[in-house]
Amino acid sequence: MMNREGRPTTPKVSGEFARDTFTGNKGLQAEEALIFELGSIDQCGVDFDDFDDQPDGNLGELARSAPIGLPGLSEPEVMRHYVRLSKMNYSIDAGIYPLGSCTMKHNPRLNEKLARLPGFAALHPLQPEQTVQGALELMETLSHWLMEITGMPGVTLSPKAGAHGELCGMIAIKAALEARGEGARSVIVVPESAHGTNPATAALLGYKVRSVASGDDGLMSVEAVKAALDDDVAGIMLTNPNTCGLFEPEIVEIAEAVHKAGAYFYCDGANLNAIAGRVRPGDLGIDAMHINLHKTFSTPHGGGGPGSGPVVFSEALAPFAPYPAVKRDGDILRLDEGHGAQGLKADAFGRLTAFHGQMGMFVRALSYMLSHGIDGIRQASEDAVLNANYMRVRLRDVLNQPFGDKICMHEVLFDDSSLKDSDASTLDVAKALIDEGFHPMTVYFPLVAHGAMLIEPTESESRATLDQFIDTLRDICERASGDGAAELQAAPIHTPRRRLDETLAARKPVLRWVGDEREALAAE
Amino acid sequence: MSIYYTKDHEYIRVEGDLGVVGISNYAQEQLGDIVYVELPDVGKAFELGDEAAVVESVKAASEIYSPISGEVVETNEDLNDNPALVNETPEDGAWFIKLKISDNDELEKLMSADEYSAYVEGLA
Amino acid sequence: MRYLPHSDADRRSMLAEIGVKSVDDLFADVPSSVRLSELPDLAHHTSEMGVERIVSDMAKKNLSAEDAPFFVGGGAYHHHVPSSVDHIIQRSEFLTSYTPYQPEVSQGTLQYLYEFQSQVAMLTGMEIANASMYDGSTATAEAVLMAHRLTRREKAVVSGGLHPQYTEVLRTIAKYSETALNELAPGPQLAATIIDAIDDETSCVVVQNPDFFGGIHDLQDIADAAHAKGALMIVVVTEIISLGAMRSPGEMGADIVVGEGQSLGNGLNFGGPYVGLLATRKKFLRQMPGRVSGQTVDQNGQRGFVLTLSAREQHIRREKATSNICTNSGLCSLAFTIHLTLLGEKGLRKLARINHTRAVKLATRLAEIEGVDLVTDRYFNEFTISVPKDAGQVINKLADQGILAGLAVSRLLPDHAQFKNLIVLAVTETVSDGDMDRLCAGLEGVLS
Repeated sequence: MMNREGRPTTPKVSGEFARDTFTGNKGLQAEEALIFELGSIDQCGVDFDDFDDQPDGNLGELARSAPIGLPGLSEPEVMRHYVRLSKMNYSIDAGIYPLGSCTMKHNPRLNEKLARLPGFAALHPLQPEQTVQGALELMETLSHWLMEITGMPGVTLSPKAGAHGELCGMIAIKAALEARGEGARSVIVVPESAHGTNPATAALLGYKVRSVASGDDGLMSVEAVKAALDDDVAGIMLTNPNTCGLFEPEIVEIAEAVHKAGAYFYCDGANLNAIAGRVRPGDLGIDAMHINLHKTFSTPHGGGGPGSGPVVFSEALAPFAPYPAVKRDGDILRLDEGHGAQGLKADAFGRLTAFHGQMGMFVRALSYMLSHGIDGIRQASEDAVLNANYMRVRLRDVLNQPFGDKICMHEVLFDDSSLKDSDASTLDVAKALIDEGFHPMTVYFPLVAHGAMLIEPTESESRATLDQFIDTLRDICERASGDGAAELQAAPIHTPRRRLDETLAARKPVLRWVGDEREALAAE
Repeated sequence: MSIYYTKDHEYIRVEGDLGVVGISNYAQEQLGDIVYVELPDVGKAFELGDEAAVVESVKAASEIYSPISGEVVETNEDLNDNPALVNETPEDGAWFIKLKISDNDELEKLMSADEYSAYVEGLA
Repeated sequence: MRYLPHSDADRRSMLAEIGVKSVDDLFADVPSSVRLSELPDLAHHTSEMGVERIVSDMAKKNLSAEDAPFFVGGGAYHHHVPSSVDHIIQRSEFLTSYTPYQPEVSQGTLQYLYEFQSQVAMLTGMEIANASMYDGSTATAEAVLMAHRLTRREKAVVSGGLHPQYTEVLRTIAKYSETALNELAPGPQLAATIIDAIDDETSCVVVQNPDFFGGIHDLQDIADAAHAKGALMIVVVTEIISLGAMRSPGEMGADIVVGEGQSLGNGLNFGGPYVGLLATRKKFLRQMPGRVSGQTVDQNGQRGFVLTLSAREQHIRREKATSNICTNSGLCSLAFTIHLTLLGEKGLRKLARINHTRAVKLATRLAEIEGVDLVTDRYFNEFTISVPKDAGQVINKLADQGILAGLAVSRLLPDHAQFKNLIVLAVTETVSDGDMDRLCAGLEGVLS
């Protein structure tokens, strides 16, 4: 019997329709409401087995009486909600993410598998030591790798993020000065180009910040540093390579000058990806440096966290490293938690966090280090620097480097002077890149470059991707002059949301669901 | 009534023994949309150059320094609910504080309206 | 190498395009004295299979909560996390995305943070919450500094019932920020002692509920005493599930609530990563540290979310920032909010009741063992017992038998002889009757 149900299989040419859809969805891109608009306090996506319920046990008048207002949803509804939300996010897995100083490299899934081994994931930090020897061994191994790569004799794994690591390093400096009877030193020297966490950390500890300008070449000169040093200076905080993507050639002399003045050298390790395996920061004369495991060592950025910021120390500062510390006692590993009787770390400045640090990130980082090996780590740094310089030479005729065209490290800095005759700004260029399917580079940082664009491709990008990004950016820059600017100012148009009103968000903060605030916002 | 300006773009409008302090039109343009103004307590005494207030926009925060020495007798409560006034009427409705001037001689260190206009033009 | 896309041919041609002979030329700014001619003494690259072997060998040397009857609490709790949670957080768009600085391509992150903030505020009975901090202990330290800024005073009174490691963190921060700390003697929290310590110089009083020993308290009197002297009450919650059964700190007069959210969505992970919670009153908003996601509209009038109130943060205020904090706990806060959305109010209440009921059951059984006394009369899912032998040794002996029987208080407070017989036990929904049998039998054996 013949199947007579024919239907056309070649699309006919048809018209374009600009009507909004009924749902607001656009094909695979869905609009998604809040859980408070979708769920209710009676729904639940978790089943419990029956149990002998005792009314309120011994909670008495402390038992909760009023409803909380938390919405629940069934499991399929929850899955759909978060899958739809996820589709509104860009990610490294989807494309290049050239954010300067963020090191958005590939996040290997092997790391995820190993972090989830029950022998790590289901381990409590306060179990008896003999039941966690494998975890302590992992921490010891990671510590060893960090010290070898950086060439520093001391380390702590406990800081929870880079900024927390900065705090750790700076407290160690303060503790060391106090131990020397020089706790009265009250000034920290910080370059103008420093990341905001640097002066914020110094201020938290009661230090005054003395700012030093870099030269016209974007570099910190030892003369400028010497001019800022005196008996009142406790330390200097420098990033190397610096936030303009340049290696500080006078860094060894700077370290000598700092030590001669009786101060200490804190190095912000955010840009370690440029030099790991080729240069050891310890050889430069630094005293403390935090390492962002979520930058250099591939632990995932997770939409903003969690990070992990171990700190390495020089001989001078190592005794002051905080609790806890993993110590080897023959075949056994111990955790020194700072209790006097054990006496292993008498000068430790104290404790920075409950428990031992971001173990989940330690497993991931060590897996990455073992996978690459030190030869791979060195190769990764070389490829990172290669990629940034490739971008530099292919963009230097359309974008201006504020400190002149010269070799950069793992990131290249441009300013907006090539846009000065255009109505388009750095921001407009960034938004236009979004329409082209890229996450933009870092914009408006560092402050020393006007309308800064800081591009860090990382070693994870292929030449084809780099070429596509470069060609797109060139096209945008070309369009920026003349009539093209208006189009850039309207970008992005292809994203789930157009540009958002950040002024309204800050003038009338709505930070949580209260039921009818949507009406209130509409009335604005 | 006379009005004076500082290099940091604060103005002070003298009304009797009071000085009405705010930021200039140039300043509000540079800062962008103002979202919040942190004002001092009434009764606080300032020396010339002390940090008196903070102005926040979405992307920046700026300290406002007292152009003269004096004591705060009034602060502009309207700015709490409507910081946008600073962008709309910086030199009239959006004054920040009123100070009881302790030393009139200090006004001589400040710029006149004409001198300030010339100064701002030089910055462009 | 599997993570590096370039071939040697790629590298050569890119170097040529750059105009240098070798990659060494790109490192010309590095002083020759510090250039490494040899690789540091570390292993070379390894296949996935090889790495798996090395790392899983380490994992196998640990006795985990999945392999033993498990009763350890003390600020980190073993709960069952539904499998959807871990699956969702591993989606590329959540796992490998960055901080939502470009909101047009980050609405997923910004919306879930808004939902998270709302849930935390509701749970704690407060008006607003931030998008999370590193963990409960650092959130507590940030809350103390926040209270100092708000009250313009510098002295914090710290309850003896606060988790000892949290107290150590406060001590470190106080010492190096040159602010004062009045640490009350450790022990089950006593309102009278705390109230006595509050004076006109106190900026805040830090209390924990349930406290480190498991005891639960009404905090209203402490709140009233603090407010009468112009001070703030900071309440620390280390077991967030307790808020499914207990009155919220907000209802008891808290000004700032900080907590550890690990129990929801996040496993034990040997101490991290965890998720710090911070919630407070609207009027304190400008002094609240940390990131925050806020509602707004886009240029077409559609609702959307952005990071807001950034002028408080380090990248703008620099040395005048409310904190030096840069990251939040991202993925951990996502796991928290997914788990809590799956539970909803009904599920959370039920989960809390199960925890409490099972704790009461075990406590009753333990109290029947010769020599064992129940020290805590009112508790949620964690309580303290005293045993007639050294608690640390008892725990070790039980561990050798494959039972993770709880936390000897002396582990965290070894210099306090009065605690050497105390064990704190946590009982969650993961504890079976069989687990309780093994614990009781084991304990009886060790004590005889």
